[in-house]
Amino acid sequence: MEASTYRPAFDTEELVINMGPQHPSTHGVLRVVLKLDGERVVDSDVIIGYLHRGIEKLSENRNWTQIILLTDRMDYVAAATNNVGYCETVEKLMQLEVPRRARYIRTALCELQRIASHCLWLGTHAMDIGAMTVFLYAFRERELILDLFEEYCGARLTYNSMRIGGLPLDIPVGWDGKVLEFCNIMMQKVDEYEELLTNNRIWLERTKGIGVISAEGAVAIGLSGPPLRGSGVPKDVRKDEPYAAYSEMKFEVPIGTSGDTYDRYLVRLEEFRQSVKIIRQAIEGIPEGPIVGKVPRLIKPPAGETYHAIESPKGELGYFIVSDGKSTNPYRFRVRPPSFCNLQALPQLIRGHMVADVVALIGSIDVVLGEVDR
Amino acid sequence: MIDTYLIPLLKILFVLNATLVGVTYMVLLERKVIAWVQVRLGPMRVGPYGILQPIADAVKLILKEDITPARADKWVFTAAPIIVMVPALITFAVIPFGPVVHLFGREVPLYITDINVGLLYIVSVASIGVYGIILGGWASNSKFPLLASLRASAQLISYEVAVTMTLVSLIMTAGTLSMVGIVNAQYTSRLWFIFVQPVAFVLFFIGGLAETNRAPFDMAEAEQELTGGFHTEYSGMRFALFFLAEYANMIVVSSVATTLFLGGWLAPFPNVAALSFLGYVPSWIWFLLKTFVFLYVFLWVRATLPRYRYDQLMRLGWKVLIPTAIANVVVTGIVKVLLL
Repeated sequence: MEASTYRPAFDTEELVINMGPQHPSTHGVLRVVLKLDGERVVDSDVIIGYLHRGIEKLSENRNWTQIILLTDRMDYVAAATNNVGYCETVEKLMQLEVPRRARYIRTALCELQRIASHCLWLGTHAMDIGAMTVFLYAFRERELILDLFEEYCGARLTYNSMRIGGLPLDIPVGWDGKVLEFCNIMMQKVDEYEELLTNNRIWLERTKGIGVISAEGAVAIGLSGPPLRGSGVPKDVRKDEPYAAYSEMKFEVPIGTSGDTYDRYLVRLEEFRQSVKIIRQAIEGIPEGPIVGKVPRLIKPPAGETYHAIESPKGELGYFIVSDGKSTNPYRFRVRPPSFCNLQALPQLIRGHMVADVVALIGSIDVVLGEVDR
Repeated sequence: MIDTYLIPLLKILFVLNATLVGVTYMVLLERKVIAWVQVRLGPMRVGPYGILQPIADAVKLILKEDITPARADKWVFTAAPIIVMVPALITFAVIPFGPVVHLFGREVPLYITDINVGLLYIVSVASIGVYGIILGGWASNSKFPLLASLRASAQLISYEVAVTMTLVSLIMTAGTLSMVGIVNAQYTSRLWFIFVQPVAFVLFFIGGLAETNRAPFDMAEAEQELTGGFHTEYSGMRFALFFLAEYANMIVVSSVATTLFLGGWLAPFPNVAALSFLGYVPSWIWFLLKTFVFLYVFLWVRATLPRYRYDQLMRLGWKVLIPTAIANVVVTGIVKVLLL
């Protein structure tokens, strides 16, 4: 370039800094190489792959049931939704009928999982912006959900809580009452979070107008989930292509208007309330019946391929599975991870903002590196 | 001989030790208070309710390996923590903890010294401390600390001006720069200056938060963004000095605010006959009580508020605090000339 040969009297150089993979606010092992002019981000490069475990390839050498436990390890803060997505894809491939009772319990578990995942998001996001108390408050409620999951399936993080064709376990006695009790607690606590943040001047200044992405831009880059809805696109797999028992649930899909960090925050907070609403309906409406459908002893889907998506807490989580019809393992197993697709928007979002906003924006799109790298 | 050398020496030793112990326990208090806010317990292991935790922390920090990065500027790197710590401690020289009291048949003032430019001395000494932060970040020869020290210098410029302008209006009200004189002025006027200069009080408190690098203005050490900020490369006792200096500065700001706005060692509504029974409480207890309230608010703010971004902090400093402070000076001047 011609311009670079001209050196003004006060020369400024760009500073390249490495944020991550060991950095407290990159939510795992994300590495962002920032090119800074002062504190303003001129350019950035997002480097991923530090948590790659080859889950897709591993799955091709496991039988269909064993894969469920591998899906736990993708978005490890929302294992139940991963399980549901995978099981339903296989069910779709095998055209299995899932009993209504199992579908209701799946819905309740998914929504509990969504609240747990959003609690983690809220806590870390607020902590990145400096509000440390919200972090512990959100984790306090997440703990209650983990206790509920522990009572249901014995595990607290990687649940392995679904089976192809239904569920491994029926709900324990009295569990539904505890879930409803939790719903009441959660509704109060969401108000508590809002009191701390929503109208806080500093919070508004730190989030309003930061990382704006238009509706068209969001669609073009393939965002899904709360980041997409924050930009005002009312797209939610639970509404558009209902799975589990969502077609029988009444709930609203909250959307934002301006597509900035604040709107994404508001969307997720409203999702807390909608999830509580769904859990109440699902738990109160659990029908009697079996928890597993008619599943052949040896799971061997017919030859063919299918794609099925669910709404995970992070966005559209899709599974593409190819079966050759002969072996007891998939021929090809491919995941469309919402975190990975949403992360693509990061360089675009942080350009022109300050270093302090970078951590706010990483938190705002809510990535889990286990899912990005698989 | 005793009056000129021994008593001041004893007082200096006492204040120095009390401050250092106070600072270490300030750290414990912060951990405890924030833990209570966040429905946790805080340190509980060392001693009952964790009251020996500061000692354990100190032992750990002293025994830790003291690393100087290979490419750091060694002299500046070593000097920076000292530059931070010393001003924080010597400010206590002019802070009056109480009036002149009778002790063992002698008249002993409960302050180390009373100089006629006390407030000016505090302002000037306190601003030296920031150089330590700037130099420490620069000498580390590392990128994150460098960004932090840039932030610290921006913060310094934005806030020193506002705080100093605020103090000007207070000096106009008190008519003196001596710390003891300011307290006496509040005694004569029978009112704490917080009621006379409420705007100045608010400005001073915000400025104080920024000066001490405390939340919500702690961007020079924002651990979430800059991984610890200016002290990223420091370890062991040198790190501890930065840490202690921050808490010492909090105590300084709190005691200065107490002296200037809350009547220092005076009881509420001093010199009012109806409330004279409050005078039975020793003066230094009033002082400590008020300082403690300030310190508690510091911790409370940290537990509650998110952090400002540093351009927003500068905007707040230049566009809100400095104009308000100047307006306050003008109004004080007009009122003083016309009405008094």
